[in-house]
Amino acid sequence: MKPNTDSKPQRPLSPHIGIYKWQITMMVSILHRATGLALVAGTVLLVGWLWAAAYSADCFIHINHLLNTIVGRLLLFGWSLAFYLHFCNGIRHLFWDTGRGFEKHTADKTAWAVLLFGSVLTLITWYAVLVLR
Amino acid sequence: MKKESMQSTLKIVRGLGSAREGTSHFIGQRVTALVMIPLTLWFITSLIRIALSPEIHIVHHWLASGINASLLVFLLVALFYHAKLGVQVIIEDYIHCSCLKIAALLANFLAMSGLGLVSVLAVIKIHLIHLV
Repeated sequence: MKPNTDSKPQRPLSPHIGIYKWQITMMVSILHRATGLALVAGTVLLVGWLWAAAYSADCFIHINHLLNTIVGRLLLFGWSLAFYLHFCNGIRHLFWDTGRGFEKHTADKTAWAVLLFGSVLTLITWYAVLVLR
Repeated sequence: MKKESMQSTLKIVRGLGSAREGTSHFIGQRVTALVMIPLTLWFITSLIRIALSPEIHIVHHWLASGINASLLVFLLVALFYHAKLGVQVIIEDYIHCSCLKIAALLANFLAMSGLGLVSVLAVIKIHLIHLV
């Protein structure tokens, strides 16, 4: 065998996502990271909103005006959907941590359940906002 | 006598092994996730009530309560710790250039701690206004 002189040995890599057929479990897994990152971006708004409530009444009014525009509402809707999807899939992960639910058909079903419950909870939240208003 | 190692001398020189932080990362992520299940639902119901008339005194009145202010601080700490851990994994997975990776990890740590501190300070400030 030829001795390896590199500091890091060249090991074979697993195939990348490009060659796989799209599957629901894979999509929900990617979605979990994407929604997580989107929520991190959303925390900047949350921090700004809290900061304004504490230090600047003018800023607070301004932020609320911006959130009340169509773009603002779309962003809030998007963040709420991202939150509930991440929330439901997080519970799926915690369930996996107990060592159950790894069978292919179970994982498929729970992935669909995440999409279903995430969407339903989002709609219930916005229904509550509209009805109470 | 020195204990015999199963690793070759080359392997010992090359790798220091794991950083031994994996378990605390795993547990921290899970515990903050569990804690945030009730806290986020509580926060959203509170936000819906505030959204009905989003005025600053409504927020101040809400955080004047010690329970509300404490729960929100608890949520913010769990949230930014959870966010730091999550973003860290993404950085470690996708950034392979080591100096860029270290810079990104450092930026992640500073950003999440900073956002957490600023938000917690804001909550405490609002809460204290009503005690003076």
